[in-house]
Amino acid sequence: MQFTSVSFLLFAAVILLGYYALPKKARWCWLLAGSMFFYLMAGVEYLAFILLTAVSTYFAGLLMDKNLSKQEAYLAENKQILSREEKKEYKARIKSKNRIIMIVCLVINFAVLGLCKFLLVEPFSTMAQGTTLSFLTLGLPLGISFYMFQSMGYVVDIYRTTDKAEKNPLKLLLFVSYFPQLMQGPISRHADLAPQLVEGKAFDGKEFSFGLQRMLWGFFKKMVIADRIAAAVIALRGPQFTGVGFFLLTLFYAVQIYADFTGGIDMTIGLSQALGIKLEENFVRPFFSKNIAEYWRRWHITLGEWMKSYIFYPISVSQPMLKLSKKARSSMGNFGKRLPVYVASIATWLVTGIWHGITPNFILWGMMNCFVIVVSEELNPLYEKFHNRFGWKEKKWYGAFEILRMFLLMNLIRIVDLFPNVADYFRRMGSLVTTFNFQILWDGTLMKLGLSALDYGIILGGIVLMFCVSLYQEKKGSVREVLWNKPVLRYILVFVLLVIVLLMGSYGIGYNASDFIYNQF
Amino acid sequence: MEALLNILNELHPEVDFETATGLIDDKVLDSFDIVTIVAEIDAEYDVQIPAVELTPENFNSAQALYALVERLMEE
Amino acid sequence: MKKKIALLLSALVLAGVILFCLQALLVPKYMVGKHKEGALISEYYDNAGNNDVIFIGDCEVYENFSPITMWEKYGITSYIRGSAQQLIWQSYYLMEETFQYETPKVMVFNVLSMKYDTPKATGDQSQREAYNRMTLDGMRWSKSKWDSIYASMTEEEKEKEAMYSYLLPLLRYHDRWSQLTAEDFKYWFKRDTVSDNGYLMQTGVKPLEDEHVERPLVNYDFGENSWYYLDKMTELCKSKGVQLVLIKAPALSPVWWPQWDAQIEEYAAENDLLYINMLEYQEEIGIDWSTDTYDTGLHLNVYGAEKAADWFGKVLQEQCGVPDRREDTQISALWAEKAEVYHNRKKEMEQNKE
Repeated sequence: MQFTSVSFLLFAAVILLGYYALPKKARWCWLLAGSMFFYLMAGVEYLAFILLTAVSTYFAGLLMDKNLSKQEAYLAENKQILSREEKKEYKARIKSKNRIIMIVCLVINFAVLGLCKFLLVEPFSTMAQGTTLSFLTLGLPLGISFYMFQSMGYVVDIYRTTDKAEKNPLKLLLFVSYFPQLMQGPISRHADLAPQLVEGKAFDGKEFSFGLQRMLWGFFKKMVIADRIAAAVIALRGPQFTGVGFFLLTLFYAVQIYADFTGGIDMTIGLSQALGIKLEENFVRPFFSKNIAEYWRRWHITLGEWMKSYIFYPISVSQPMLKLSKKARSSMGNFGKRLPVYVASIATWLVTGIWHGITPNFILWGMMNCFVIVVSEELNPLYEKFHNRFGWKEKKWYGAFEILRMFLLMNLIRIVDLFPNVADYFRRMGSLVTTFNFQILWDGTLMKLGLSALDYGIILGGIVLMFCVSLYQEKKGSVREVLWNKPVLRYILVFVLLVIVLLMGSYGIGYNASDFIYNQF
Repeated sequence: MEALLNILNELHPEVDFETATGLIDDKVLDSFDIVTIVAEIDAEYDVQIPAVELTPENFNSAQALYALVERLMEE
Repeated sequence: MKKKIALLLSALVLAGVILFCLQALLVPKYMVGKHKEGALISEYYDNAGNNDVIFIGDCEVYENFSPITMWEKYGITSYIRGSAQQLIWQSYYLMEETFQYETPKVMVFNVLSMKYDTPKATGDQSQREAYNRMTLDGMRWSKSKWDSIYASMTEEEKEKEAMYSYLLPLLRYHDRWSQLTAEDFKYWFKRDTVSDNGYLMQTGVKPLEDEHVERPLVNYDFGENSWYYLDKMTELCKSKGVQLVLIKAPALSPVWWPQWDAQIEEYAAENDLLYINMLEYQEEIGIDWSTDTYDTGLHLNVYGAEKAADWFGKVLQEQCGVPDRREDTQISALWAEKAEVYHNRKKEMEQNKE
């Protein structure tokens, strides 16, 4: 069930109605039933995968929790008898037991994920060859990359004792399978999400309204902009597009993926908000970032957070890494001091790349991100000197320049998504500095990409609207909040947006007048 | 405490660490800084801060960070 | 709180009304130019109730028989429920729907569509989503319409959840806003009647020049699905006590193969049905292919349709016992009006042609 389908809208309406019609205590069961139904609609055969994760996660959590309770009881009972060392030793024993449980659970799940990715997955690069490019189908079975990372985060948190294990298997299943975020995240933490899921929120008219408004905004981004520009992105991938054509591809893909992914997340967060469930933001206007590191703190935030908590930190502050750092600092000075950061960065970006797809281009994609972030970090002192000398940093135009620089650079990195053939990617990158075919901008090529002048107009208008809204949010704050006290204006704007989505959304079969003239067969 | 402030000041000379209380929330320190600090503390105090302690609460201010180091030294 | 709810409700009602108007504006009107076929199906409902004969089928019925002529010559009241490229399952469901409005003496079905088995089964460009819309959009809502849509949807339509767009045509025609013409505004909330009891008049003349030749087929057997719906028609008419007459209209292309003719012949005999292949009676009907067709023999023009109606009306009266209603003053008055419209239309079209 695609988010942008009438079926999904009807489904969401039933979920919302049922949710608030039921007594609060039963509401989480309704969500679970809905999630299972949603998952079944994608195919019965996939159910086994999500159940495997839910069951293994459940028992891992339960067993670790049992050990911890045992430890607590033992320590309390023998408080007087045990020496500090003995206590420590006992704790360490429990910890290593739990570590084994955690590792077994992680290995089982990541093995399944790896196998699926290796055997089943069409990375989203190949999807762009189809008619619809969408993150929604990222990873087969449905949402496996997302729910699995979310569940593994839970297992690690129990091991770390920063979270409590869920005793009710059905409640855990709901956490794993909660349908709005099943397909494309955000990847939530159990401690943040699970209590909200089972609480059974009271109806709040404002939250409800805000949620629906946000969903509509997501529909706008996805249907009016992303789904419309998709045709041109597919066309521009043709091998004949080099130089300016390739540059255009990076621009169009930036627009498409932004509108598609953030639009989808708007629907996810919006629907959850209407249910009274607050999900973590996954994007905070990433295109206003001034450097790649900042971009990654504002784009697909929950994945970045996950990587930081469970890959980057554990590696960079691990004992061997600290030892390595100690050794290296004497021989290599400042560079040695930073060694843990570099090693952990490379590992993190490798995993992030593989998470997107097991193909060379995603590894390259990860390494490029890593390289740019590390290098710019290292060059920071140099920048500081430079800025102190010229004093540009405070200037407005310099900020705009930084944003533009980040945007263009990120476009070049991001586009590797679409080139499973890495050599082809390098060929096109090379053409940027050798091929100056500006004539394609006016010789009619643009009209042959599957978009009409009208389509370009709609896309451009859509981009302007997205930009203005983002700018307002960046400078002033929530648009919905401002409109909340102006009901008439709000109704008008919501209705206008609805009509825009209905009329200008790219969906359905498409009207061609000549089809409706009977050809007299 | 003084050694800790030195470590911090070397990273970000422009920040007054004695009074700042939102080092993470205000995005003064990024993850690279945090890892560097952990390595420096290990070198300085011979205390290994585990990943689970790398939370905003522990790194928001120099005081909190010092309290963490003291706690870990005791254990 | 009360005020808020009142505001919300009135906003919802207003939004609904605006969307309804928008939808009315965006749907194709089929009123002018070359695409009037799309209006045919919806015109039936104002004329339902008193017809002794109902024709069902594709262009071979709505272009080849003039009900007004049958009235004037024999006092037969008839209506043609034809539409462009009407497929056999659509014909069946139209027949089923017709019985909700009236029970005629005779149902006439044109058998050409037996050649199309299932939606898109032939891979033939002649079957299109747009033709589905032209047959289905005009139907009023009923279980028959629902079933007909289900039976008709192409793969693409199924994939794109077209069912919802039959319920809410706005979803189908949403991107027509950039292609609206004066026609759409003129006929926003009203429609003219484009047919004369389902007959779509053509006054042009384009004579037959060369014989229509088609490649012989590999297999002449009609498909299972076609037989299934023909059986259903036979059963339905039997259960309603209505005589089903199968015809092949006098049109030269697509070719009506002798092998097909034989199969229908056999079926008619088995089921005790009257089957008339009018191609065999061209001379008796008096069709002159140099004056009676507007497209080199694919369909008859009004002159041909009047001849065909004249001939077929006699068959209906003599062999099927369809009554002469000219004695009934009420019916006569109604049909006099229809005849006047018909003759005016014919005159006007003839003048415009010159």
